[in-house]
Amino acid sequence: MSELRDFRLPDLGEGLTESEIVAWRVAVGDTVELNQIIAEVETAKALVELPSPFAGVIGALYAEPGQVVQVGAPLVGFEAEESAEVPAQDAEARSQAPDAAAPVQREAVLVGYGPKIDGGSRPRRKARSAGWLERPDTAHDSRSHRPAPPLRKLASDLGVDLDAVTGSGTGGLITRDDVRRHATAPPATAARETRTPIQGVRKLTAQAMVASAFTAPHATEFLTIDVTPSMELRERLKTSSAFRGERLTMLTVVAKAVCLAAARTPVVNSRWDEKADEIVQFGYINLGIAAATPRGLMVPNVKDAQGLDLLSLARALTALVERAREGKSTPAELGGGTISITNIGVFGIDAGTPILNPGEAAILAMGAVRRAPWEYHDAVALRHVMTLSLSFDHRLVDGSEASRFLADVGTILSDPGMLLTMV
Amino acid sequence: MLRPSASSDIRNDIRSTELLVQLLNPDGDRVPDPEFDHWVADVTGEQLRSLYEDMLVVRRIDTEATALQRQGELGLWPPLLGQEAAQIGSARALRADDFVFSSYRENAVAYCRGVQMGQLLAVWRGTALSGWNPFDVGMATPAVIIGAQTLHATGYALGCLQDGVDSVAVAYFGDGATSEGDVSEAMVFAASFQAPVVFFCQNNQWAISEPVALQAHRSIADRAPGFGIPSLRVDGNDVLAVMAATRIALDRARSGGGPTFIEAVTYRMGPHTTSDDPTRYRDPAELERWAAKDPISRLRAYLEHEGLLTEEFEASVKAKTDDVARELRAACLALDPPHALSVFDNVYTSAHSVLERQKSQYAAYLAMFEEVAE
Repeated sequence: MSELRDFRLPDLGEGLTESEIVAWRVAVGDTVELNQIIAEVETAKALVELPSPFAGVIGALYAEPGQVVQVGAPLVGFEAEESAEVPAQDAEARSQAPDAAAPVQREAVLVGYGPKIDGGSRPRRKARSAGWLERPDTAHDSRSHRPAPPLRKLASDLGVDLDAVTGSGTGGLITRDDVRRHATAPPATAARETRTPIQGVRKLTAQAMVASAFTAPHATEFLTIDVTPSMELRERLKTSSAFRGERLTMLTVVAKAVCLAAARTPVVNSRWDEKADEIVQFGYINLGIAAATPRGLMVPNVKDAQGLDLLSLARALTALVERAREGKSTPAELGGGTISITNIGVFGIDAGTPILNPGEAAILAMGAVRRAPWEYHDAVALRHVMTLSLSFDHRLVDGSEASRFLADVGTILSDPGMLLTMV
Repeated sequence: MLRPSASSDIRNDIRSTELLVQLLNPDGDRVPDPEFDHWVADVTGEQLRSLYEDMLVVRRIDTEATALQRQGELGLWPPLLGQEAAQIGSARALRADDFVFSSYRENAVAYCRGVQMGQLLAVWRGTALSGWNPFDVGMATPAVIIGAQTLHATGYALGCLQDGVDSVAVAYFGDGATSEGDVSEAMVFAASFQAPVVFFCQNNQWAISEPVALQAHRSIADRAPGFGIPSLRVDGNDVLAVMAATRIALDRARSGGGPTFIEAVTYRMGPHTTSDDPTRYRDPAELERWAAKDPISRLRAYLEHEGLLTEEFEASVKAKTDDVARELRAACLALDPPHALSVFDNVYTSAHSVLERQKSQYAAYLAMFEEVAE
């Protein structure tokens, strides 16, 4: 594949430092024409449409809708067609001009509907310290000489952090040799910590976790069970004609068990509506599956999972998780969940305290399936053992209800035949 | 250049300014007007087509420049969307030796005067402090200070009187500018000296986010008679009415009749600039009402009715607008930042020792970066 040509977010107003991506109008792989609208972007001043600067194929979208992007940061990667009017090197040179890390400080606008100045987010012009012009008083600035722009450029070109350089010149003045020496020194002084802005999926995840953890009183129960019968059932089904070539995983079996058990204890599939002062009992199950994707945690859900037979559920789950991993989950898939499962077993973990997906009353974590010594027919045998961890919102689910639900799931998994007594 | 076919007494009348002169209604029907018709009677079918092409070209310039701004290639752009007829109709009535003093939104006027694409964009790309030599095209570079250019125009017109030439100065400004003292001062001087100047006000209904009704309790054209300046109020989205009014004003100025004030009633269909979001202060229904009065669609309907809108002609206009868009983009991307030392150029006409010293110091400073690059 050809190398991508990046389009960096321009300053869409006068003196803006960031913009929020409202929506993409294109997807990776789309062919776009010059000036075709590729995105809607909201600045502090206006909601604007972004026209494509190149004709070509979209190779990458570097931001999610809802994400705030710094001016100068890459936005779209194009597998652009070469065009005589836009020589590639020019485009590159231009795109490198803005420095995302240090947005250029600009004065307020001359004409137009000016930006909202809200404290904090907008970088402020710092009062210039007198240190580099006059002798500093005392504890003003540890560095008596402010490095001159050519030196700062050299440091930036060589990737040297001037704060980490000890000056050998008069009064601690950093010289070019100091900078060059620092650049060639072994990376013992490499950054011991890195700082990443909290944004995008990370920020949304954090907000959801905080909202959930500090509004719903969580209680967690654990149950370790022998899932050998489920494993054997799964093996038998896989060889049956109905399931041939299908992906039937332990997750599917657990998902089915959750749906069946929730029918017997509906309160685990409900929601505490603080605003309305009501408990919302769902008559359907939108089953969320926590998925680790390259962009972070996503919890897409299968709609009306209660109505799906095992085969349909298996297919729905496979498709759901694949889309999530490819970053193609639709907003509909990511919203409206009623109860969730998280599979920590895939990481080799046995048990934990899952945090509720906001607005839901229960979440079940399935641990790793291990061969372990287990009491079997009055003797110790090596069996397939798994631990289930159930967190529930104690405002609306009582311990007895949660226990019954968890025990039901356990019973179905450890002895699928017992279902005959339940439904 | 188009010329009037005859003169009339109308040029010396002060017409009621509540009346809106209109020769083409929004449906593209030709509305007969006994007083104004003969001022555009000489306009041929070919010239009508040419006006239509002009309007489509400048609308394309606007679209392309707006896209370039969104792509980070221009710092700012002030669209004239909706004001094509007001600008083309007036600018195409001018002679080469007339002189235009405009605000920053008169890019269609600049196009008519022969300003090159790169020159049009240099200021907005930030690679030059002004785009062109005013004397090459008979148009000063745009005034960003609101209304200041009306004074420049009046001064230039006084110069024309001194020189004894029959050139006319034309000041373009907006409804908002009429609230500035400069515009009143310019009108006082123009009337006092009977200067050959045309005050061409495009009332586009909005001074950034302030509606015109806030600044003008009566029509803006009504103000001029108070200064002793005859005024005309025309449908600014009607290219023929604008052209007729401009020709009347030019004719009066050339024949020693002094200044004229024209209020072209139009509408800024886009934002004030690319930094502005009109949806924050403007009713979308208002935009819809004005879209129905679009200057281009009414001329198109007229051409169609007159049998002038052939497929061949439309294809040639399309090719022309595409060419202009390509030319504009290429010219924009070819504008490189000026060398840092050029800041010292053209400060004085001759060498200046203090400036030379500063220049050499600055050159030495810049050389420190060159060393770094080694």
